[in-house]
Amino acid sequence: MSSIIHGAGAATTTLSTFNSIDSKILVAPSRTNLSVRSQRYIVAGSDASKKNFGSGLRVRHSQKLIPNAVATKEADTSVSTGHELLLFEALQEGLEEEMDRDPHVCVMGEDVGHYGGSYKVTKGLADKFGDLRVLDTPICENAFTGMGIGAAMTGLRPVIEGMNMGFLLLAFNQISNNCGMLHYTSGGQFTIPVVIRGPGGVGRQLGAEHSQRLESYFQSIPGIQMVACSTPYNAKGLMKAAIRSENPVILFEHVLLYNLKEKIPDEDYICNLEEAEMVRPGEHITILTYSRMRYHVMQAAKTLVNKGYDPEVIDIRSLKPFDLHTIGNSVKKTHRVLIVEECMRTGGIGASLTAAINENFHDYLDAPVMCLSSQDVPTPYAGTLEEWTVVQPAQIVTAVEQLCQ
Amino acid sequence: MATAFAPTKLTATVPLHGSQENRLLLPIRLAPSSSSFLGSTRSLTVNSSRRLNHSNATRRSPVVAVQEVVKEKQSTNNSLLITKEEGLELYEDMILGRSFEDMCAQMYYRGKMFGFVHLYNGQEAVSTGFIKLLTKSDSVVSTYRDHVHALSKGVSARAVMSELFGKVTGCCRGQGGSMHMFSKEHNMLGGFAFIGEGIPVATGAAFSSKYRREVLKQDCEDVTVAFFGDGTCNNGQFYECLNMAALYKLPIIFVVENNLWAIGMSHLRATSDPEIWKKGPAFGMPGVHVDGMDVLKVREVAKEAVTRARRGEGPTLVECETYRFRGHSLADPDELRDAAEKAKYAARDPIAALKKYLIENKLAKEAELKSIEKKIDELVEEAVEFADASPQPGRSQLLENVFADPKGFGIGPDGRYRCEDPKFTEGTAQV
Repeated sequence: MSSIIHGAGAATTTLSTFNSIDSKILVAPSRTNLSVRSQRYIVAGSDASKKNFGSGLRVRHSQKLIPNAVATKEADTSVSTGHELLLFEALQEGLEEEMDRDPHVCVMGEDVGHYGGSYKVTKGLADKFGDLRVLDTPICENAFTGMGIGAAMTGLRPVIEGMNMGFLLLAFNQISNNCGMLHYTSGGQFTIPVVIRGPGGVGRQLGAEHSQRLESYFQSIPGIQMVACSTPYNAKGLMKAAIRSENPVILFEHVLLYNLKEKIPDEDYICNLEEAEMVRPGEHITILTYSRMRYHVMQAAKTLVNKGYDPEVIDIRSLKPFDLHTIGNSVKKTHRVLIVEECMRTGGIGASLTAAINENFHDYLDAPVMCLSSQDVPTPYAGTLEEWTVVQPAQIVTAVEQLCQ
Repeated sequence: MATAFAPTKLTATVPLHGSQENRLLLPIRLAPSSSSFLGSTRSLTVNSSRRLNHSNATRRSPVVAVQEVVKEKQSTNNSLLITKEEGLELYEDMILGRSFEDMCAQMYYRGKMFGFVHLYNGQEAVSTGFIKLLTKSDSVVSTYRDHVHALSKGVSARAVMSELFGKVTGCCRGQGGSMHMFSKEHNMLGGFAFIGEGIPVATGAAFSSKYRREVLKQDCEDVTVAFFGDGTCNNGQFYECLNMAALYKLPIIFVVENNLWAIGMSHLRATSDPEIWKKGPAFGMPGVHVDGMDVLKVREVAKEAVTRARRGEGPTLVECETYRFRGHSLADPDELRDAAEKAKYAARDPIAALKKYLIENKLAKEAELKSIEKKIDELVEEAVEFADASPQPGRSQLLENVFADPKGFGIGPDGRYRCEDPKFTEGTAQV
């Protein structure tokens, strides 16, 4: 298994062509010291807020808290104080805060300790928490994932890093049989509060094996939740929520998003694992997306707005289960749905989402659900071929025009 | 590369009595003898036995580690290996294992339980020899052949039988079945149905013990025992975990129940070097070979290994040579294994051997043992009656325990968590 450290430079360049985030340079974090910050606690779109507010309110509420990481400048003003950091630093910050809060939280994986993680998500943690809490494992995915599960059964809360998400295919048996099913087969006696996370998705010419779209592989395992982060804000919030969840959670990070920069609140907050995120409210069509495709969609949205369309963009975030409430409200408003995903077309997240929408909201649809997925091919190495494998903004514009005819 | 093949031949000639003889191993012992170790395919190893002597001198060196663990408990006639109480406890546990499994066979053929049911008959000395030395907070990880490990660890016969009957009173509420026996109360971590997948989990439990001691500063001396078979020793997870356990010095004992057969695959046909215990020293931990048909020998080895683990001195690999008296599962007609081989091991029945020891050494009278057998018979009968009378799981149970936090079922179109829907508590919701 070769590690790949291509992160910083490549990622930044790629992204900056698609959105206006200023992250051309890998900036050294100049963030406020944690201990100085107030420990006030915000839960974005929590149960509590959900029970008290109506549906519309919830969306507005979360919009206020969750700034749009992409383009819209006005979103930045909604967080008056806060600190600016990159997505991998947000993950690190979330992890560090949880390790501070609960001594049972530990990290295990390849090169997570002394090396600081292949994408530096665990940087500095071994120095602070010691080698046992931030455990550098040998290269044996199936065994160390199983070890994490055994540790979770006996009271710890491990965060298991796949150096590249694709390597976790070697741990598929542990993730499926033990992580997903053991709580059930044990009649509820044992819980498996693990977080399995790592960099995935199609990067920049990393070749087929390092450019996996694994969501579809994992989605039918019973007993596992899956979330995909897309901004520094939700990366930190989802990381913390995943660690606190009693369920096994797979947290998908995207190799090309690690250097996104955003200002996030100084206060402690978590995101809701099961909730979608309203990125851009609109009237004409609902575009459902997640992870990196959010930025392709937002780039397309700019063009669409110029052409007179008003698309509603939702980052579904929770890949399993789907937030059918947020999605449903949007469908009832726009009556048209486009799904944009990086996942495989066959048996992918989009396919499941299409089925869920057709089953639940068929009566509200004015046109068939359209799904733009990446091609069912092993991710090619050549830049041109790779670009044609994943959905590009121009395709999204065309699809919206077609759907809104 | 003649020497590369030497270890294979060696195994056929290693006598059963483990380390004592290994240390003394002389060329003369290497000639194939009647006490040959892996009996079934001796013919495989006979040819070219000449070469053994030479290779032996070098191959033997790592075995030193064995002596560190088992410091020859010389059982002179005066000092007995066990007390009367211990002897009766071991006997009772072994009888329980045997009677329970025999009853399982009856119930299976009577249509009371279904699926794959793997019985432990013949291997009782291993389960009893190890688990009866453990405390309640020590952990045990087993395989698909797990009923008796669960019983030895203290899970009630009622709970295990009910689980096999698929009843709600089973130790996993009928959701696990024969190959998935769990008990949190007894730190029985399962019941793993696929080969090798339990070993990493056991390693994780041992990691937890170390973590509790060193990070959480708790007073934790718990050890973990992982049981698995000879077939598993060709699986990567075994080696991956030997490496990590030795690397991190985890309090774990890897117990190989080498019953010579992986369903229909002879150990000698599957494994380049059939002496599994030798893989311990290769990973920097002691490897011990013991007669798995002798509960007292197993217990001696287990004591050393468990003590070592408790002291924080790391893992041990123990290979117990044993034999299963029945087919791989109740679905296996067991036509492949040689009748002579079966008879040879049947004559070494571990329960009969313990009985003989107890009586010859005046630790127990025939009547006492009879009363234990009677008591266990009644207990197993009662377990069957209990299981039979217990209710089947209701529909409402279907969706319980999929997620520890049922919010994992997600948010429905109405904006509420789907698990709040009454259909979820009825078990009729579509998921």
